Amino acid sequence: MSATTIETSEYATSYLTDGFTLRSWLLTTDHKRIALLYLGSITFFFFIGGAAAALIRYNLIVPEGMIASAETYNRIFTMHGVVMVWFFLIPAVPVTLGNFVVPLMLGARDLAFPKLNLISWYLFIIAGMVVVYSLFVGGVDTGWTFYTPLSSEYSNGHVVATVVAIFIAGFSSIATGLNFIVTIHRLRAPGMTWYKMPVFLWSLYATSVILVLATPVLAMTLILLGFERIFRVGVFDPALGGDPLLFQHLFWFYSHPAVYVMILPGFGVVSEIIPAFSRKRIFGYNFIVWCSISIAVISFLVWGHHMFVAGTSIYSAMVFSILSYLVAVPSAIKVFNWLGTMHKGYIRFDAPMLYALGFIGLFTIGGLTGLFVAALGADVHLTQTYFVVAHFHYVMVGGMVSAFFAGLHYWWPKITGRMYPEMWGRLGALIIFIGFNLTFFPQFILGYLGMPRRYHSYPPEFEVLNVLSSAGATILAVAYLLPLAYLTWSLLYGERAPANPWGATGLEWQTQSPPLTENFDETPIVTDPPYNYPPPEVVPHRV
Amino acid sequence: MSETSLPHGFQYSNAGHQSGTAISGMWLFLATEVLFFGAIILSWIYCRHWNPAGFDAGAQKTQLAIGTINTVILLTSSLVYSAGLAFIEAGNRRRLIQCCVITWALGFSFLILKFGLEYYKDFSANLFPGSDFAINGALGGGARLFYVFYFVSTALHGIHMIGGLVLVGWIILRARRDEFTPLYFTPVAVVGLYWSFVDVVWIVLYALIYLVGRGS
Repeated sequence: MSATTIETSEYATSYLTDGFTLRSWLLTTDHKRIALLYLGSITFFFFIGGAAAALIRYNLIVPEGMIASAETYNRIFTMHGVVMVWFFLIPAVPVTLGNFVVPLMLGARDLAFPKLNLISWYLFIIAGMVVVYSLFVGGVDTGWTFYTPLSSEYSNGHVVATVVAIFIAGFSSIATGLNFIVTIHRLRAPGMTWYKMPVFLWSLYATSVILVLATPVLAMTLILLGFERIFRVGVFDPALGGDPLLFQHLFWFYSHPAVYVMILPGFGVVSEIIPAFSRKRIFGYNFIVWCSISIAVISFLVWGHHMFVAGTSIYSAMVFSILSYLVAVPSAIKVFNWLGTMHKGYIRFDAPMLYALGFIGLFTIGGLTGLFVAALGADVHLTQTYFVVAHFHYVMVGGMVSAFFAGLHYWWPKITGRMYPEMWGRLGALIIFIGFNLTFFPQFILGYLGMPRRYHSYPPEFEVLNVLSSAGATILAVAYLLPLAYLTWSLLYGERAPANPWGATGLEWQTQSPPLTENFDETPIVTDPPYNYPPPEVVPHRV
Repeated sequence: MSETSLPHGFQYSNAGHQSGTAISGMWLFLATEVLFFGAIILSWIYCRHWNPAGFDAGAQKTQLAIGTINTVILLTSSLVYSAGLAFIEAGNRRRLIQCCVITWALGFSFLILKFGLEYYKDFSANLFPGSDFAINGALGGGARLFYVFYFVSTALHGIHMIGGLVLVGWIILRARRDEFTPLYFTPVAVVGLYWSFVDVVWIVLYALIYLVGRGS
């Protein structure tokens, strides 16, 4: 304990004290400061998207809908989807936690292209301002998928502004992905071979491959969509001689891999936390890292499963169905690896671990129900119902948001130099798990019973389940506001964090908390394998 | 002066490390560009497959002569730029500047021919797929699609060309300030990669716009 006090008092200087002016933040090229800029930005968008979600659940409390107009409802759920997908889920872990810890984990002083990193934040902010503009001038009513010809011909929302926002946000993603790939290839510390890298880096590498290869396709698709809408010429609109299925193919060629952008970083975060709080080496390291890579590769080959009822050929649908089953294999292997890591481990239930355990449970439900909708026959019944909504929320919200919070709590001492209040953290992890299940589990049943998604009203027999779901959403809202409150509190009043509060391996824990601007006094040399945790008998007690 | 004593970013171990990283970054960026143009080229070929006659009717109204001259101009500019790269490797800064100026002038004339002359002719002939589009009847739908792809792809290629001219201009300025030596010419190489890529995109577009469907 006393050693800790001495250590912390030595940390008078850090990246946080390296300049206090606004300019030192807005023109910084320090990956750690950019991570914080991003953290503030995505938190803002998370609450905008969350407010839209609250309105959706509020509307669905009664069968006829609490919000009078279907048109308004359409705009609300579209804004929820657009903001949550492109302004929270896709960037969330890579640009905040990833930006902060990638160079630290590699033993590097910064990303390969620090200025590009800053540019990516500005692109994100410009995109965000455009999307907020489109929200305030009336929003858009097409759903986040922008299917043609609704988006190109019939929608009277602000399609072009929203599309421009997503286009710009895409280049922000590309810049981040490019930076990570090049950094991981080129800036590993001496001795940091590929198989000594923490799994989080492999996950972000796989994520980045998707970002740089899929996002440009979306960019071009959106250009063609915008051109079609502005000039009334047909690429996708059948009335003008275009092909609407072409739009769906191009859109899902990006958007299906993009759902792995939303979940792969979560796998990475959990793969750091489970060994750290089980005091064990990760089980099957090679399997985990190669599963990340194979998920990234297979993710490019499954987009057609979004189009089973769109009128594509039955043979292509069968192939896409089989390929979609294939992508479940590496995902399942990872779950078994995490369980194997915990088996006979020395498990500690700190907040990051509780969030990570919540992730495993919710992701497993989300993943298994994904098999239902990947099955050709079942999907014909389940597609466009609340079953699908529940499925992807279990993965995206139950999985990814839990993983994001897990990582945020895990690295919070490193990022801020302060400990968060542990009891509140555990409580938050518990509430999110309960609130989430109460919100979304009823939606599986609703979907199975045939309630379609994207309608502002529903038959009265679905009322009880909908009220349950809306009640769960209020608990979920508490679970999101709680960390905002106690993490902010900890910035001022939290206990000072030692360099390595969890006794974790990984180079990021070898430097001070918060780190220096240059990350390390001298470049570390890596000799140990990853997750080289000491056997339980010599586990240090938590300080 | 050896390579190890050159200045470099604080995250790199030496200047060679930084230079290699910059070049790999540009290669990866070009990979994203391949997917970017790949999406429109794929859509183009796909739509052409369903409307071959309409696309042929559209292609026959394109300005083959201007397109061909522009192809020659662009290929020459890449050749000249590569020569400039070889010159700076040999330490000849004056020749590098000359090559870059020629490259810039060739690129600029490409833009003048493309957007000054060819677009003018296209718009005069009502080939923009708007309300008074020139080709009507059974082939009108396919021809319209052809011109959607024509205008979108050439405009995007043009934007890439303008970006390239800015970069080549930046190389000229830096070369005039004597910043490049046989030991340090990474920006010249990086911009060269980009310029050649824009060239390669044009070669594909040239075939799609002017050649396919023009026969007989």
